[in-house]
Amino acid sequence: MSGPGFFDIPSDLQNSYFGLVGLHIEEALIPVAIGLAVALPLGQLCVRFSWLYPPVLWITTVLYAIPSLAFFIFLIDYTGATRTTVVIPLTVYSLVLLVPAIVDGVRSVPQETMSAATAMGFGPVQRYLKVQLPIAVPAIIAGLRVAVASSISLVSVGALIGNQGALGNLLQDAILYHRSELALNSVVTTAALAVLLDIALVLLRMALTPWMPRGDRAARRAARTAAVEPAARPTLEDTAA
Amino acid sequence: MIQIESVTKRYPDGTTAVDNLSLDIPDGSITVLVGPSGCGKTTTLRMVNRMVEPTSGRILLDGSDITEQPVNALRRSMGYVIQNAGLFQHRTIVDNIATVPRMLGWDRRKARERARELMGRVGLDESLARRYPYQLSGGQQQRVGVARALAADPPVLLMDEPFSAVDPIVRKSLQAELLRIQQELGKTIVFVTHDIDEAIKIGDMIAVMRTGGRLAQFAPPDELLSSPADAFVEDFLGTDRGIRRLSFFTSDGLQLTAEPVVAVDADAEQVARATAAGSPYLLLTDAEGKPLGWVAPQDAAGGADKVAVGRLLPYGRPFAAGRESLRDALDCAVLSPTGWAVAVDGEGKVAGVVSQETIGAAIRSAHAEHRDGGGAGRASITKAGAAT
Amino acid sequence: MSIFQFISDFFRDSAHWHGQYGIPHRVLEHLQYSFMALGIAAGIALPAGLITGHTGRGGNALALIATAARALPSYGLLVLMFFWLGIGLTPVMIPLVALAVPPILVTSYEAMRTVDPAPVDAARGMGMGPVAVLFQVELPVALPLILSGLRSAAIQVVSTTAIAAIVSLGGLGRFIIDGLSQRDYEIVVGGATLIVGLALAMIALFWLIGRLAVSPGVRGGR
Repeated sequence: MSGPGFFDIPSDLQNSYFGLVGLHIEEALIPVAIGLAVALPLGQLCVRFSWLYPPVLWITTVLYAIPSLAFFIFLIDYTGATRTTVVIPLTVYSLVLLVPAIVDGVRSVPQETMSAATAMGFGPVQRYLKVQLPIAVPAIIAGLRVAVASSISLVSVGALIGNQGALGNLLQDAILYHRSELALNSVVTTAALAVLLDIALVLLRMALTPWMPRGDRAARRAARTAAVEPAARPTLEDTAA
Repeated sequence: MIQIESVTKRYPDGTTAVDNLSLDIPDGSITVLVGPSGCGKTTTLRMVNRMVEPTSGRILLDGSDITEQPVNALRRSMGYVIQNAGLFQHRTIVDNIATVPRMLGWDRRKARERARELMGRVGLDESLARRYPYQLSGGQQQRVGVARALAADPPVLLMDEPFSAVDPIVRKSLQAELLRIQQELGKTIVFVTHDIDEAIKIGDMIAVMRTGGRLAQFAPPDELLSSPADAFVEDFLGTDRGIRRLSFFTSDGLQLTAEPVVAVDADAEQVARATAAGSPYLLLTDAEGKPLGWVAPQDAAGGADKVAVGRLLPYGRPFAAGRESLRDALDCAVLSPTGWAVAVDGEGKVAGVVSQETIGAAIRSAHAEHRDGGGAGRASITKAGAAT
Repeated sequence: MSIFQFISDFFRDSAHWHGQYGIPHRVLEHLQYSFMALGIAAGIALPAGLITGHTGRGGNALALIATAARALPSYGLLVLMFFWLGIGLTPVMIPLVALAVPPILVTSYEAMRTVDPAPVDAARGMGMGPVAVLFQVELPVALPLILSGLRSAAIQVVSTTAIAAIVSLGGLGRFIIDGLSQRDYEIVVGGATLIVGLALAMIALFWLIGRLAVSPGVRGGR
C-alpha cells in the first residue's frame, strides 16, 4: 500500500503514535485510580454499616446504566469539551465496578480469621490493613481488571465530543481522511493496551498474594466470580430484601 | 433381595474404591454399610442404583441383573436419601415430595395428595406443605428428604449418610423416626454411615468396610459387638463393646423382688417384715405405687409415714421392666446410690427392684444362652434400647 | 441555560414526536437494534456458558475469550467494520455482540458452576434424565445469575447502540450525532436522556422477569 502508512498519525492530532498511547493510558488510568481511592473507604463503610450497602448498590446500578456518550454530553455544559469531561464519567464507572468487588472481597474474609485477629490484639485499623485488605486482594484485582478494560475501551468514545479520545481520535481521522488503517491501528492498539494492562494486573495479584496456591481452582473461581460485571451482581431482589 | 456379587470399582487414576465385594442384603430389613472415610461404602451404595457403574462383578435385584432394566426405571424403583437432603429449593415441600410420582406419570392432584399423606408419616406438620426448603430447619429438610424417597412406595430405600449433617439431638429423633417408619413399612433399606453407634442403633445387619474397599465383617450388631472378626473391627467398634452389647439382651428374665418395697402408708409391722428380708435399704413408694426414694430400715422403723423427707435417698432412673434392655437395667443399678435398680411397669409403678449382683448373673446366663443356643438366643434379642 | 431546560424543551417540542425522525420511531429502531444484538449474543453465549458450566470443562478458555472480547473497543470496532463491510446492520451488530457476549458468557458459566450439586445428585438418583435435570433442577436455580448477566448485557448494549448513528443508521444515537454536527445541544441532550431512560427501563424489565420467572424458593433462599 502506498501513501501514508499504519503509524503515520495525521498532524491535526498534534501527537505522535506513542504520544497518543501515553495519553490514552493516562486518560484511562487516572479515573481508575481515583475510583479506587474513593471505593476503598466507601467499600469499608458498606461493610461496617451493612444498611448502607443496598442503597449504594442501587445508586451504582443506576449510574452504570447511564451511557458514556450521554454522560459526556451532560457534562459538556459544565466542564466543556475537556479532558475532565472524559475523566469524570470513567471515574464513576470505575467506582461502580470497584465498590461491589471490594465489599465482596472484604466480606469473604472468614469470621474466624477476623475473630483470631481481634483476639491477637489487632485494632480495627490494623485489622483492616493487615488482614482484611490482603485477603480481599484477589477480588479487588478482579474488579480492577474489569474497570481497566472498560476504561480503556471508553476513552475512545471521548473522540465524539471533540478530540478527547486519545487513540479514539484516530477513528475520527480515519473517517475524515478515509484511511482505514488508522481505524485498524486504533482498535489493535487499544485492544493490545487492554490485554497488556490485564496481564499486568494478573501479575500484580500473583505478587501480592503469594499465599494463594498457583493452580488453586477455588481461588481461580473466586477471581472469576468477582470479574462478573458488577451491574450483573446486585440483582434488584437482593437489594430490595 | 439385593445381591452384590464380587463387585470391584477401580477409577482410571488407579485408586480402588471397592475391592471384590460380595454381600447379600436381606429384604425388609436395614443393612448398614459402615467404615472410615475412603472405605468405599458410599461407592457401594451408589452402585446399587447405578449412579456408579462397577468395573467388574454384578449386582442382582430379586435375582435379575440391575443392568437389565433402563437405568432411570431402576432408580425410580429405589428411594434415594442423601446428606443435607438435596431438596429442590425452587419447589415447595409438597412438590419436592411429589417428584417421583410425577415422573411416574401420576396426575398432579394425586401426587400432591400422596405427598401430604407422607408428610404426616415422617412427622411433618401439613402446614409446611406450601413452604419452600429454605424456610425449614435442617432436621425438617431431612424429613422431607425421607418422605420424597418414600413417595412412590419403592421397595428399596438407599440412604447415604442421611443424618450426618444434623445436630445430635435431631439425629437421635430422626433415627427413632426411621425405625418407627421401618416397623410400619418394612422396606429393604441400605444405609451408609461413618458412625458406628448409629449403625448399631438402627442396623439389622452391619457391613463393616475398611479402607481400600474391602469387607471386614458382615454380621448382626450384637454379633459384631461380641465377636469382632479382627483387630480392625474391634478398634473401629471402640471401647465398652461389652456394655453396648447388653442393649441386645432384654430385661425380661431378670428376677425382680418386691420384698424391700414398702408403700408410704405402711405401718411399723409391714416395715419390719420388709426389713426382715435382709435388704440394706427399703424402697418407698407413694400410694399409687410410684417410687419415692430409698430409705434405711432404722429411719422407717416407726412406720413408713414417719420417714423424714430429708432421709430419702434418690432412686435414680428406673428402667421399664421387660421393655428395656439389660444395659438399661445395669445403668440404673450403677446410678442408684444403693446399688439396686428400680424396675417400673408401663404406668411408672414399681414392678420390683433388682441388685447389681442379680443383673450380673442375668448377663452371664444371657451370654451363655446366646453362645450355646445360637438361633434360640437370637429370639430374645430385640432392639429394646433403640425402639424407645 | 441549564441542562434540565434543554431536556424539557426537547420533549415539549411537538415536532420531535412525529414521523420517521420522531422519538417513537427512533426508540423502536433503537430497541430493534439492541434486542437483535442481545438475541445474537445470547444465542452464542448462553449455550456456550451453560454447557461449559454444566460439564465443568473449558472454564479457562471461556475466561480468556471473555477477557479478549472485553478488550475490544466498541466504538473503534464499529468504525473498523464500517471500513471493511460498508454501511449496513452487520458492522453495527459485530461490536454490540462483542460487547454483550462477555457478561452473558461469564455469568451463565458461573451460574451453572455454583448450582448446589446435592439436589442434582438427588434428582439423578431418583431417576431423572439428564435433560430433565438441566431444565427442572439446574436452570431454575441458576436463573437469577443468568438473568443478571443478560441484564448487564442489555444495559450495555442499549447504551452503546447509540453508536449505530455514526455509520448512518437510526436509533436514538441519531439525535446525538445530528445534534452534535448541527451544534444543536438541545437535541443532543434529549437523545442522551432517552438512552438513559431506555437503560433504566432495561433494569425494570429484568427486575420484572426475575419476579415472574424465578421461584420464590430460590429468591428467598439467597
